[in-house]
Amino acid sequence: MVRIGVVLFPGSNRDIDAVNALQVAGAEPVVLWHEAANLQGVDGIVLPGGFAYGDYLRAGVIARFSPVMRAVAAFATEGGHVLGICNGFQVLTEAGLLPGALLRNRSLRFVSREIAVMPERLDSPFTRAIDARRPLRMPVAHGEGCYFADPAALDALEASGGVLFRYVHLDGTVAGGEEDRANPNGSLRAIAGVTNAAGNVAGLMPHPETAVEVVLGSDDGLGIVRSLVDSAAERAHGARPVVVGVGVR
Amino acid sequence: MSAVAPPPIADEPLHRRLGVTDQELGVIETKLGRPPNDLELAMFSVMWSEHCSYKSSKPLLRTLPTAGEVVVAGPGENAGVISIGDGLAVAFKIESHNHPSAVEPYQGAATGVGGILRDIFTMGARPIAVLDALRFGDPSDPRTRHLVNGVVRGVGGYGNCVGVPTVGGELVFDSTYGGNPLVNVMAIGLLEERLLTLAAAPGPGNLAVLFGSTTGRDGIGGASVLASATFGADEPSKRPTVQVGDPFAEKLLIEASLELIERGLVEGLQDLGAGGITCATSETADRAGTGILIDLDAIPRREPGMAPFEVMISESQERMLAVILPERWDEVRDVCVRWGLPVAVIGRVTADGDVTVVEGGLDPTGRPNPGALEIARIPAPALTSDAIVHDRLATPPPRQRAAAAPGLEPGPTAGLPERGMDPGAVLLSLIGGANLSSRHWVHEQYDSHVQANTVVGPGHGAAVIRIKGTTRALVAATDGNQSVGRADPWLGAALSVAEATRNVSITGARPLGVTNCLNYGDPTRPEAFWQLQEGVRGLGDACRALGLPVTGGNVSLYNESPTGAIAPTPEIGVVGLLDDVATRVGPAFDAADDAVILVGESTPGLFGSAYAELAGVAPEDGPPSLDLAREGALQVFIREAIGRGLVASAQDVSGGGLAVAVAEGCIWAAGGGVGATLRLPVAGAPAVELFGESPSRLILSCRPRHAPALILLARQHRLPVEQLGTVGGDRLFIELAGQGATGAAEERGSRIADAVDVPVADLAHAWRSGLARALGEDGEPASLPEDR
Repeated sequence: MVRIGVVLFPGSNRDIDAVNALQVAGAEPVVLWHEAANLQGVDGIVLPGGFAYGDYLRAGVIARFSPVMRAVAAFATEGGHVLGICNGFQVLTEAGLLPGALLRNRSLRFVSREIAVMPERLDSPFTRAIDARRPLRMPVAHGEGCYFADPAALDALEASGGVLFRYVHLDGTVAGGEEDRANPNGSLRAIAGVTNAAGNVAGLMPHPETAVEVVLGSDDGLGIVRSLVDSAAERAHGARPVVVGVGVR
Repeated sequence: MSAVAPPPIADEPLHRRLGVTDQELGVIETKLGRPPNDLELAMFSVMWSEHCSYKSSKPLLRTLPTAGEVVVAGPGENAGVISIGDGLAVAFKIESHNHPSAVEPYQGAATGVGGILRDIFTMGARPIAVLDALRFGDPSDPRTRHLVNGVVRGVGGYGNCVGVPTVGGELVFDSTYGGNPLVNVMAIGLLEERLLTLAAAPGPGNLAVLFGSTTGRDGIGGASVLASATFGADEPSKRPTVQVGDPFAEKLLIEASLELIERGLVEGLQDLGAGGITCATSETADRAGTGILIDLDAIPRREPGMAPFEVMISESQERMLAVILPERWDEVRDVCVRWGLPVAVIGRVTADGDVTVVEGGLDPTGRPNPGALEIARIPAPALTSDAIVHDRLATPPPRQRAAAAPGLEPGPTAGLPERGMDPGAVLLSLIGGANLSSRHWVHEQYDSHVQANTVVGPGHGAAVIRIKGTTRALVAATDGNQSVGRADPWLGAALSVAEATRNVSITGARPLGVTNCLNYGDPTRPEAFWQLQEGVRGLGDACRALGLPVTGGNVSLYNESPTGAIAPTPEIGVVGLLDDVATRVGPAFDAADDAVILVGESTPGLFGSAYAELAGVAPEDGPPSLDLAREGALQVFIREAIGRGLVASAQDVSGGGLAVAVAEGCIWAAGGGVGATLRLPVAGAPAVELFGESPSRLILSCRPRHAPALILLARQHRLPVEQLGTVGGDRLFIELAGQGATGAAEERGSRIADAVDVPVADLAHAWRSGLARALGEDGEPASLPEDR
C-alpha cells in the first residue's frame, strides 16, 4: 500500500481530515512529527491545515524552519510529491517551495463555507484522477487565503500551467474579485491552488480532504487526494516516469 | 490586595472587599475553628463564590432528574457522560461566559470556548463539536454591534485554531440583554468508555502535577468579583479579572492530555478554570477523600513577584492538574515536553483531607523542607462539597399587565391579531428580521467542517456529526426561551426543553440527555430567585415528562445591569443519537408534488412571539400553553415516522410560527428553493394560526403515496393531523380557509388579507440579508477595537 506522510506541526488540526481522506483513497497515512527530519520512507507528503505553531507571527512563517521541513524540501527537490492544504499551502509559500503569497482575506474576516473550484488541467500529478473539468464543491476555512503575486509573476504562472485551481461559480464561470461571493478571500485572478515549475509540489486553500464522502456533503475532493496517491504510487513503484512539468518551460 | 476588588474602600474589611459576607465569614471561622488568614480568606472567597459553590442554586438543582441507565457521569463531574454502546460514550456540557464577554468580548468569548473544551477533554473525550448560544441587546445599538463583533471573532478565533468545529447555536437579540449579553457555549466530545477519567486525587503519596501554560496575574478574582456580582458602572475597571486565551496552547493541551489518558499515565485529571489551583486541588481532593499538600514555590510563574494569593486563585487559562503515581513522572514529563508544555510537580496527595500550601519547598519524600512555612491549611470539603449553602427567599412578582400595543386602547377587546396587516408582508418582515433571518454572517466566521465529521453544520436546525467508522451520528441543538420566560419562568424553561429535544427528534435521532445553562438575576432578590426556582422546576418537569436525564450544566446568576435584570434565560443543550445517518431528515422541502402535512394544533396566545414583537401584544394576551404529554407523543411519533421512511422533510413550528416554518422549508430546498401551495384552516384568529408559536407542532413533507400512512400514524399517536397542500412552483401561497379567516374576522372589522402569496425568491432575499442589515454590516465593515 502506498504510504503518504501527514506532517504534524504543533497546531495542525486538519491532520485528522487528511488521515481520513488518505484512508478513503486507499493509502496508508503516516504521521510525521515536526521535530523529526526523518520522513520514514513515505512515498508522498501532505502538509495539512491548521495553525502551525499558532500562526502568531504570520501563517506558516515559523513552520518553515522546523526540522521536518528541511526533509520535506529535500524530498521535493528529488521530485517527491508534496501537497499543502490551507495552512500547508501557506507553509509551502513561506518556505519558497511554491510561488506567491497568501494574504489576509479581503473581508478581514475568517471565512468558512462551501465553495467551488475548477481544476485548470487534468494532466498534473494532483489532478490526474479527477473525472472531468467540472466545478468541485468543497469547504474553505481560513483567515489568510488571498492569493497574491505581482502581475508579471501571475502572467508567468498562468503561461506555464502553474495555476491548478480557480474559484468558480457552480456553472463553471470563473469567480470575480472580492465582491464576488464565489471568490471567498479576494484571491487575484481567483487562484485557489498552484503548483511549482517542476510540477511535483502543489498547494491549495480549499479543503479537498474534508470533501471525500457524500455523507459530509461532497466527495468532490476525493479526485485530488487520489491523484496524489496515484502519483506517489507510480513514482515509488517506478511504473513510468511521473507526468511532471507539462506545459512548464 | 486591591487588585481583587476594585475600587478599594479604605476602611472596608478585607472579606467584604473579596465578596464574602459577614455571615459567611462567621461560618468560615466555625469550619476552621479559628479566623482565616488573608490567603485562606482569598481561597474561600473564590470557592464560596456563587460561580464555584452554587450556594444559592444547589438546593434547587438537587430536584432535577439525573439518573438514567446510560448515564456514566452526571452532575458534579466536569461534564456529563452518556454511553452510546459499542464501548463509546459522549461527553457534553454547556457553560456561560457572560460577564467576561460583556467586559472584554473577544477574550471573554474565546476563553468561554477554551473553558468548556477543557471540561470535555478532562474526561478523556476528544472534543468534536461546539455550539454557541449568544444573546445581545438591540442590534442597532453601537455597543451591541461592538459586542457581537468581538464575541463572534472570539468564538471563531479560539474554536478555529483548536480545530473543533462550531456546528450550531443561536444568536438572539432582545433588549433585555442590552446591559448584560449572554455567551453560553456547549461542547461535545467522544470517548472510549474505558478511557473515562474522573477529576479526583486518589492515593496519598501520589504526585500533583501542573501542566500547560504558566500561572500569571490574569483572571484574578474572575469567579468572585466578575461572575458573581451585578454589573455597576465600573465595568472597565474589571477588565483585569478577564482571562486571556491562547488557543494554540489549548490545542497542545488537548493532545497532551488525551495522550496521557490513553497511555494510562494519570490517576485523575482536572482542568483549571474558575478558582484556579485552589479549585482544582480542593475539588479533586474532596472527591477522593484525600488532601493535597501544595508546594507554592514549584508552581511555574509567568511573572516574578506574584503574591501567594495571586498564584493560588489566578485563572490563567490552558492549565491542567494531573494526579499521577510517582513512578510515572518521567513518562508524564516526557509527554508534556514533547508537546512543548511547561510541567511541574506542585505537590503531593495526602491522607489528612486538607488543602495545605507551603512556602519553602518539599523534600523528595513529599514532606515540607525544614524551615518551610505553612501559609494555608483548609479542609478540602470546607471549600467544596461542604461549602456554605444559602436558603434564599423566593417571591413571585405581583402580576404585571403587559403594555398595550401602540395606538390601541388597553382593554379586552383590542383585536390586535387582525390589525389589518397583509400577512405576506408580515411574513417577509419576520423572516428578514434580526432574530429569524439567516445567521450565515456569523457561521461563516467559524470553521464548521474540521475533523471531517460534519454532516449538518450551523444554520438549518440541529447539527449532525457522524461518528467515524460507524453508521451512527450525534445530533445536537441548543434552545432557550426568554420571551415567554419573562412572563412565566416555569413555562419558559419547559418550552426550552421541549424545543431543544424536538429539534433533535425531527432529524430522526433519539435525545440522550440534557445539559443546561441557567442565566438568571441576583439570587438575593426574592423575585429573581423565584424566577430561578420556577425555571429549575420547569426544566425538571419537562425532562421527567420526556424521560431525559439532566447530566450537568452551569448556573450564571447576577445577570443584571443598571438597567435591570435579564429575562430568565434557561439555555438548554440536547445531544441525541441517530443510529443510521443515512435515514436523517432535514427541514428543507425535498421534491415537487410532495404532500405538506401539519401535525399538532395551535393554541391561543401570542405573548412572547416574534409576531408580538413586531405588532405589539394585546394587554390581556398570554403565552400559548404547553402540554408535555402531547410534546412527548409528538416526538415519539416523528422518530417512528422517520424510522419507517415516511418523511421527506420535518420542521417544527417555533419562532415566527407556522408561516415561517413553511417558508424555511421553501427557502432551504436544494437548487435555490421551491414553492408550496397550502390551504390553512383557521378556526380563530388568523395571526395565531399563521404566526403564533404554540409548541408541539410539526410541518412535514412526504411523498404523496406516503401521506395516508403518515396521517394514520399521527392519529395512532392521538395527534391532530391535516394535509395542508403540496410542494411546488416558485411562490409560497397559503390560503386561509374556514370561519376564522373571512367571516369571523370581517365581522370584527378585520382587514387582514385572506392569503399569503409571496415569491420564494423574495423570502430568500429577505432571509439572507436580514442579519447583516440589522447589524449594519451590509456596507463597509465597522472599525472596531478588535480590528487591529
